[in-house]
Amino acid sequence: MAKRSLEPILWLLFSAGGVVSALLVPILVLLLGIAFPLGWLSAPSHEHLFAVLRHPLTRVALFGVCVLSLFHGAHRFRFTLYDGLQIKHLNELINLFCYGGAIALSLWAGYLLWVVP
Amino acid sequence: MSDQSAEHPGYTEYHPRWLRRRPSTYWWLERRAYLAFITRELSSIFIAWFIVYLLLFIRAVSRGDASYQQFLAWSRHPVVLVLNVVTFLFVVFHAFTWFNLAPKAMVVHVGGKRLPASVISASNYAAWVAATAFVVWLLLGG
Repeated sequence: MAKRSLEPILWLLFSAGGVVSALLVPILVLLLGIAFPLGWLSAPSHEHLFAVLRHPLTRVALFGVCVLSLFHGAHRFRFTLYDGLQIKHLNELINLFCYGGAIALSLWAGYLLWVVP
Repeated sequence: MSDQSAEHPGYTEYHPRWLRRRPSTYWWLERRAYLAFITRELSSIFIAWFIVYLLLFIRAVSRGDASYQQFLAWSRHPVVLVLNVVTFLFVVFHAFTWFNLAPKAMVVHVGGKRLPASVISASNYAAWVAATAFVVWLLLGG
């Protein structure tokens, strides 16, 4: 049997992650990264956030957002290095760094969302 | 092929090489379209940073009120704030370019007719508004 290429799956993860991150990341950065720290809006109470986070659906959704966005970013960054810096001879190292990073952070996300008390 | 070349097959010391000029490493600075391309590609770094930030936020919330307050204090640090403002600009650029590209990637037929590009873009933007409203409701209203 011919060796199957992983590329189609990586492209599928790339586009799924592209959609998810385009839909959700702008508002999340705006709230969590800018509006709450600057006090434009008062940050939600811990009690409220904890209740939202504890819900299984929230955790499954957050896991999906993290994994898809990470693989989207890894794939795109791989081609940024590939095209932008023209370092094709380092292909294997680039792949290891990009997808390895995405896998490691996905595992961390899974662990953090699993152990929410 | 002429007969002459067929008479001398095999090894030659001076075999031809293709003339391919290597583009400059800074080729993406040459045109605005190239610069837009590389800017869009660089949004990947900022998406990765945001996921790390989000995971730190999740970890802080799950550990209790004290670590959540600590996270909020850390998020007010100027370096973190500036990084998040830059991240916001990059991800908004990513979102616009992604939704504008959607009609080219998605070919939808309804009743034998292809849906016009504007309808597909508009539905993507509508989904963006809905997702944004949902996040705001979940975090602030609930």
